[in-house]
Amino acid sequence: MGVIEIEAQQVPLQTTPGGLWNEALYRLVRNPGAIVGAVIVTAFVVVALFAPLLAPYSPTDVNLDLVANGCCPGPSWAHPMGVDDLGRDELSRVIYGARYSLLIGIVSVTVGLTAGLLLGSVAGYFGRVDNLIMRVVDIMLAIPGFLMAIGIAALMGPGLLSVMIAIGIVNIPIFTRLMRGSILAQKENDYVLAARAVGVPNRKVLANHILPNAISPVIVAGTLALATAIIDAAGLGFLGLGPQEPSTPEWGTMLTDAVRYLQTAPFLAFFPGLAIVIVVMGFNLIGDGLREALDPKLRGRA
Amino acid sequence: MLRFTVRRLLLLVPILIGLSLLVFVWIRALPGTPAEALLGERADEQSIAEIREQLGLDDPFYIQYWRYVQTLAEGDLGTSIISRRPITDEIKERFPATIELALAAGFFALLFGVPLGFFAAKRYGGLFDNASLFLSLIGVSIPIFFLAIILKWVFAVRLGWLPSIGRQDVYIDAEHPTNFYVLDGIITRNWDATWDAIKHLILPAIALGSIPLALISRITRASVLDVQNEDYVRTARAKGLPAHLVDGRHIFRNALLPVTTVIGLQIGLLLSGAILTETVFAFPGIGTWIQASIENRDYPVLQGGILFIAVIVVVVNLMVDISYGFLNPRIRLSGR
Repeated sequence: MGVIEIEAQQVPLQTTPGGLWNEALYRLVRNPGAIVGAVIVTAFVVVALFAPLLAPYSPTDVNLDLVANGCCPGPSWAHPMGVDDLGRDELSRVIYGARYSLLIGIVSVTVGLTAGLLLGSVAGYFGRVDNLIMRVVDIMLAIPGFLMAIGIAALMGPGLLSVMIAIGIVNIPIFTRLMRGSILAQKENDYVLAARAVGVPNRKVLANHILPNAISPVIVAGTLALATAIIDAAGLGFLGLGPQEPSTPEWGTMLTDAVRYLQTAPFLAFFPGLAIVIVVMGFNLIGDGLREALDPKLRGRA
Repeated sequence: MLRFTVRRLLLLVPILIGLSLLVFVWIRALPGTPAEALLGERADEQSIAEIREQLGLDDPFYIQYWRYVQTLAEGDLGTSIISRRPITDEIKERFPATIELALAAGFFALLFGVPLGFFAAKRYGGLFDNASLFLSLIGVSIPIFFLAIILKWVFAVRLGWLPSIGRQDVYIDAEHPTNFYVLDGIITRNWDATWDAIKHLILPAIALGSIPLALISRITRASVLDVQNEDYVRTARAKGLPAHLVDGRHIFRNALLPVTTVIGLQIGLLLSGAILTETVFAFPGIGTWIQASIENRDYPVLQGGILFIAVIVVVVNLMVDISYGFLNPRIRLSGR
């Protein structure tokens, strides 16, 4: 049997039909890390969506009787994670906190992703404004992201919306640069030339031909950006830039309050903190898994 | 080499202009008029008029910006609303604390991150490798302030081994010629004060160093895995060089170059992470100062602090960039 026949026999065995995405999915479901990540993230989303059904109490119900003997009664059957300084059930607050983290993550990454995709595509494909956009991006990237988020959030005044927008804006230059690089790499390919040669308009070349091929690094970055967004949002909340109504069960804000009771009630800091770590780890695992799935060369490396 | 360095230095100019413009626009975009923003909400009519006059807020935008750049060039970052002191004075007082903390954190990250990554790569796929991967996953997933809180609770509150707040115990009597407390202790030969300063640094440094540690160990691991398969490593093995020499001379040294690249990028992470770390440990550096300014709506301090840190990060990154030219001839000679 000649080489060609052997290859002809083996190729169908190794590739799954349906191209890059099916292949990536195929690799993804065989990556234990990514599975764990997917389970965590699914659980997180379910908890966030069904918080009112899952939480045993209301997150804002103050019950001063419970803290009559000092702060704060620890975990018990009635309150598995204990109660906070106002007698609110910690478990319910952690459960409701998932909603805020999910909201912040999705909104901020959407803001960064949308603007970054637009700017990056324009800069990468059309080139005329490339220099201007990239110099602004350089300047924005020169400032540490978290610092810039502090500045923007302080400027807009503390609150949930400020946190989301601040983190979103910080993400813009990151996605812009990534998108631009990815498009530049695709632009020179023959299929782009072919599409142009048969008279496909610029906008369509970009949207239908280049973007689908250039998007995979952006998807990976987007997943990892969700992780960073949740950490940064908690950080901003911790610094007092988060939701201002003291009853809001946002994880970062809860940690700020908990620091005061570290001596007597460390569990108040432990549970919301642990929730952040687990969720962020979930997104990081999926992000890493996606990266490996979309770029098999990286397998087991970084 | 000179051309390379000069080109890099010239790149600094547009970035600094952009930064100052950004910060300039920032303070003018604050809610309310800038005068109110500077004076606080309870300012009376007269002082608002005064500050409008003083800031020349009725002049055109570019003249205002030019004036702002001039004051910056004189090293004047404005005055704190709360303490009424020049911001540069407060930075001088507080920045050494943050540098000390960042250096300690960076040292911790390198000291453990590089060997961790190196041995993980040497035992690729083994138990140690997987453990190190898991650790670095936690390292990039844990909010720095939560780690700080845990460390504080375990080692300061529960075990009582290390102090939980500040830079120095109240009963320690020490002089501070440089405001770098560890250095001060050594200079003045006050060993109690030196040890005390180190003890105050340990927990914040570990907390702050955790993310760089995770990143450095990941990069080192990936880099060693790459270098291991190079031809010159095979040649070195083939000619019968002892394993430890191949590791040390051929693999380790060549694997370090990508690591130096990441170290430069850590400075921004360290300085912005310091805000959270210092807050947890009430460590009197730039971080707690910025945190207090958020709480007090002390916008001049926030503005000055952000600008200051951003400039430091830009300059340090540039220095790192230039130093690569010295480290790696390929970059230098390509004349980029």
